[in-house]
Amino acid sequence: MERYYQPELECASRETILALQNERLVKQVRHVWDNVPYYRKKMEEKGLTPDDIQSVADLHKLPFLSKDDLRDAYPYGLLAKPLKDCVRIQSTSGTTGKRVVAFYTQHDIDLWEDCCARAITAAGGTDEDVCQVCYGYGLFTGGPGLNGGSHKVGCLTLPMSSGNTDRQLQFMVDLQSTILCCTPSYAAYLAESIHERGLRDQIKLKAGIFGAEAWSEEMRRDIEKQLGIKAFDIYGLTETSGPGVAFECSEQTGMHINEDHFIAEIIDPNTGEVLPEGSKGELVFTSITKEAFPLLRYRTRDICVLTREKCSCGRTLVKMSKPMGRSDDMLIVKGVNVFPSQIEAVLIEQGYQANYQIIVDRINNSDTLDVLVEMTPENFSDSLGKITEMEKSLVAALKAMLGIYARVKLVAPKTIARSEGKAVRIIDKRKI
Amino acid sequence: MSIHQISVFLENRVGQLAQITKILADHHIDLRALSIAETTDYGILRVIVDETVKATDILLEQGFILSKTPVLVISVPDAPGGLAQVLALLAEGQLDIEYMYSLFTNQNGNAYMVFRVSDEAKFTALLQSHNIPIATNEELGIH
Repeated sequence: MERYYQPELECASRETILALQNERLVKQVRHVWDNVPYYRKKMEEKGLTPDDIQSVADLHKLPFLSKDDLRDAYPYGLLAKPLKDCVRIQSTSGTTGKRVVAFYTQHDIDLWEDCCARAITAAGGTDEDVCQVCYGYGLFTGGPGLNGGSHKVGCLTLPMSSGNTDRQLQFMVDLQSTILCCTPSYAAYLAESIHERGLRDQIKLKAGIFGAEAWSEEMRRDIEKQLGIKAFDIYGLTETSGPGVAFECSEQTGMHINEDHFIAEIIDPNTGEVLPEGSKGELVFTSITKEAFPLLRYRTRDICVLTREKCSCGRTLVKMSKPMGRSDDMLIVKGVNVFPSQIEAVLIEQGYQANYQIIVDRINNSDTLDVLVEMTPENFSDSLGKITEMEKSLVAALKAMLGIYARVKLVAPKTIARSEGKAVRIIDKRKI
Repeated sequence: MSIHQISVFLENRVGQLAQITKILADHHIDLRALSIAETTDYGILRVIVDETVKATDILLEQGFILSKTPVLVISVPDAPGGLAQVLALLAEGQLDIEYMYSLFTNQNGNAYMVFRVSDEAKFTALLQSHNIPIATNEELGIH
């Protein structure tokens, strides 16, 4: 039997949701106009006032926000509430230049946790469950979001955070966890470790909620088979709150967007034009309930399709497909956002040419990141020790910038493949 | 003038070394010594050739990354214990060896060893005080 956390909203009629969206959007635009000079200026540049937005039908008139805006406005430029009303920040992976800091009031956290509670409930979670959260806790939204959602559902919550596989498995066995929340690649790794240690008969998992990185249907089937669970996808981004913006139901054919909190649009990434329902394009979110950090028409850069086809789970919320790609050059490696420009900045700072190649692969269900760097006459030395030292300091600088380990491979000059004279910067070998 | 070694950056890739030796062969450059220091991904090829300037120019032209390093070449008796006495000297003088390798050349019952050490001046003085000869370009037929 399908379970709902807030059935009156998750299964509301289209008219009810639309009425709610209209009312909340109008209020939100006014709130932003009054409190966020940065966005107000953007509206004024388009000759708009809040009166121009009377309903969702007027949404397309509003200017977009992009990651660049978030960077320009860092840290307080998009804040819509006095700091005394804010209780938390979360941030995207520790990267200079592209850092995003999102603010939350207690009310914002409450609604975010509701969204995560919906996801856990849709995965079959109840107050009888033991929910093991192995997303990172801290600035990353994964841990705090699912942790809060799990509390709301009433699960016994294990705030494990990421890593320390031995301890994860010990708790999983000793406390008989029934729901696992982590990245799909870590789930695959845990599944493998469980088999290696012959623990399969000692675990009681029934469901997994896996997000923060792309994964294939094949990977889903693998994890489901190995752990004897049903695996659910979850979507979100720090900019809009965190995980729980959209979540999968028992039908597993896409993720329901929590439309009472977020209005989703699909646009042509080149023209910015809104595309008709069912088109493939860039996903744009407007958060209509957030108080502290309300983003209007935020371009996610994720390419996907929305569908309103009737879902067997009974929810009426629109469904988004798994993201099929990006409209920018951002890579998601091990759940962390990686921009080639960040790698380039590190290379230049360390005295290398901006001649590099990024190779991303997935080996044993875990992402790998290799950076090929061309040796330069200036950096070359007769001493292997000196070259190794330089390589080490480059690896450390990349780790500091990206937050994840990248393997550096020094190559001979002019060996990085060039097509039409331009170097091929990114090779993504992952089959997702 | 001291003897110079050419150090070339090598990517660990099939055919890299063959390519370099072919280039040298095509230009009639003779190798006096060769050694490779490597990690899993890359290495440094160190060579001493008969025509250092010519070889350097050609390799640079072909896009290789290289450096020229002065090294000490010492002639030791090609007999048991020949090398041992030099190494004992280095140990006594508390000198570190960064690397060493041997030349193909063997003349008048002497073998030749290339040394790169932490303190070259000190090493030179030690060698001189023990009458151990330092090889010259002329002796090895290097132009």
